[in-house]
Amino acid sequence: MTTTAERAGAATSANPVVRPVALRRAYRFELVKLFSQWRMRLVLLACLLAPAVYTAVVSRQTSLPADAVYGRWMNQSGWAGSLVVLVFVGTLVLPLLTSVVAGDVFAVEDRLGTWRSLLVAVGSAPRIFWAKTLAALTVTLALLVALAVSSTVGGLLSIGSHPLPGLDGHLMVAGELARTVALAWLLAVPPTLAFFALGLLGSVALGRSPLGLLMPVVVALVLQGLQLLPVPVALRVALPTSAFLGYRGLLTSPTQLDPVWAGVAVSAAWVALATGLAYRLFTRRDFTDLGHAGAGRRLVAVGLLPLVGLVAATTLVVATATGATGSGVERPRLEAALATSFSSLYVLQTDELNRPPVTTAQLQTTARCDKGGERVDDTGPGSDWRCVVTWTLPGSTATGTAIYQLDVTADGRFVADGDGPQEVNGYFMVRVPTGDAPNPLWQFDGFVDLLHPAERGPS
Amino acid sequence: MQSTAAVRARGVTKTYDDVIALDGLHLDVAAGQVHGLIGPNGAGKTTLLGLLLGLGVPDSGTLEVLGTPVGRALALPSRVAGFVDGPGLYPTLTARQNLTALVSLRGGRGGSRHDVRREVGTLLDRVGLGEVADDQVRGFSLGMRQRLGLAAALLGDPRLLVLDEPANGLDPVGKRQVHEVLSDLADDGATVIISSHQMDDLAALCHEVTLLATGRVVFSGPVSKLAAENDELDYRLVTSDPQRTRDLAAAVPALRPSTARRAPSQTDGALVLRGSEAAVDELVARLVTAGVAIRELGPVVPPLEAAFLALTGTPGAAR
Repeated sequence: MTTTAERAGAATSANPVVRPVALRRAYRFELVKLFSQWRMRLVLLACLLAPAVYTAVVSRQTSLPADAVYGRWMNQSGWAGSLVVLVFVGTLVLPLLTSVVAGDVFAVEDRLGTWRSLLVAVGSAPRIFWAKTLAALTVTLALLVALAVSSTVGGLLSIGSHPLPGLDGHLMVAGELARTVALAWLLAVPPTLAFFALGLLGSVALGRSPLGLLMPVVVALVLQGLQLLPVPVALRVALPTSAFLGYRGLLTSPTQLDPVWAGVAVSAAWVALATGLAYRLFTRRDFTDLGHAGAGRRLVAVGLLPLVGLVAATTLVVATATGATGSGVERPRLEAALATSFSSLYVLQTDELNRPPVTTAQLQTTARCDKGGERVDDTGPGSDWRCVVTWTLPGSTATGTAIYQLDVTADGRFVADGDGPQEVNGYFMVRVPTGDAPNPLWQFDGFVDLLHPAERGPS
Repeated sequence: MQSTAAVRARGVTKTYDDVIALDGLHLDVAAGQVHGLIGPNGAGKTTLLGLLLGLGVPDSGTLEVLGTPVGRALALPSRVAGFVDGPGLYPTLTARQNLTALVSLRGGRGGSRHDVRREVGTLLDRVGLGEVADDQVRGFSLGMRQRLGLAAALLGDPRLLVLDEPANGLDPVGKRQVHEVLSDLADDGATVIISSHQMDDLAALCHEVTLLATGRVVFSGPVSKLAAENDELDYRLVTSDPQRTRDLAAAVPALRPSTARRAPSQTDGALVLRGSEAAVDELVARLVTAGVAIRELGPVVPPLEAAFLALTGTPGAAR
């Protein structure tokens, strides 16, 4: 029989240092905690249902969200709804989701007072950091996938899979649309991860303070505000919010990949820096200090200044690499983009009206644009662009002309509103053999590649 | 060489900015005992418990836990468990899920899901939470959380259990259950270190106590020795004849009316006298001889608390 003293002696011998738990176990533990929160389950449910309901309901309305790219096509093709939802979520929803998930994943332990128990259980601060990061990442990506699938399924079930013109007017059919929409959502991942990393940084640095939770949303709002201003294109491209618009390059033929790669690179830089800063702050924290109330006072120095520095450096790199100066909205680029879109849509209209087929090359479309009259420089965003499009029909020596008022936004998107002649772009609908159909030349969206050199006319 | 010290600290210092939490602390805690840690707020108790759990490392000095030097944070010997600053539970999980998730987290025990469920169930029964095992912790009282925290700490069959205020919020039944669990652990050779402000708990449970003040050890040793640190105490005495009692007390040289501000008023006929235990014994003998019935006699402040107040120099302490 062993005595208490003997058992006690045994208790202090042969005690190897405890090894941290495996990352996969810590990851699973974090997932269990995340999904045990009713808030998280509610958010997932909302992401699964809300886009489908939105696309299904709005697609059947006569009043469509024409302010959004493809908004006016929602009742024509089921694929448009998904692209409209992508515009909305890229503006604020995805930063908000990263706030809810990444912005809380560390702060929740401060709020519950569970850090010390968790550290004792896991045995490694770095492992906790990565487990939490991976678990939050899993949930964030699951929410993004839910949004994408829901909006696409909702649109397709409601309207069906019909062709849709690209932002340069070329017609995209089901296969290309499926691929493009999937890629468009995939391109939302890098900027989402940039805001996700910001959420981690806020959560680690500010602890239980609500400011930490809101950091991605606050930064997104600030950057969105900045993007509304006519800031230099190099700065615009250096912001992660621009990366949410990179998908537009996929909606032209050929695809415009410069904004895509720029968005991916900028987002990757933000992810690396913000995650690195969060990791550094977390692993240096002294968890015996009960008075620790987050590194809020140091956040400006350890978090925000490096990010501002990153924006400055990225802006410099973009400006040097592309030679882009000014707003990027220049007359030649706009004329080229408008002519390209018009000629493709003209071909589409010709087909709808059952006229003799033409090709974009045969039309030899050109555009001539002016901004605000003679006293205003023909550069920069604004709703005062007026353009005259000229084209030639095959076998004819006469040229056709059409006038458009253009509203060009600072991010390169434009809405061309037909201003005559009536037979080309004056009517909302056109008579086709099967009934009435929207007139593709009445009003259409286009996209100016702010980084790409201008090419005159459609190929 | 094997050591029977579960904890051995030599010159341990820990500071936070300009605040000295531990100041050259020396401490030995023998294995197989329940050791109490007492001290006023800010004395460094929680910091010390945090270091024992590996949440940080001393700025200077050496610390050994279960015979293993602590060189870096979270590099502790296995089978050290406990909690500081609350039991650390997840309110959206049930009691059972909290424990099961911890078992899954640690892994490597080789048990089936059924074994884990049985172990968790046994532990929940042991701390008196078997009936609420499948309730969300969100609805638990403070005492129930404390008991669940204890169950979580017991999961790894610890050899050193470090608990910060484990009796907080416990009702008498819960307190008794926790005391039994901790005593059983110590009987089984494990070491339990608890911090508490509840002196009666410590007196009932601990073999030894360490009294900290401003980051230093003021006293460390058996509970009885700490209680004896204070020669004189205030005693409250209620008899059948207060006036006669007053006269007899005045005749005992080592006994005098208490001047402590904490002494209760004498409007209920009670006397509060200050003196040694021997002096009180002498007064009792005289009262018995004089035929005065003693209705109530006891220290105004329990001996352990009195010693605590005296050694920490707390205002209002017995003088």
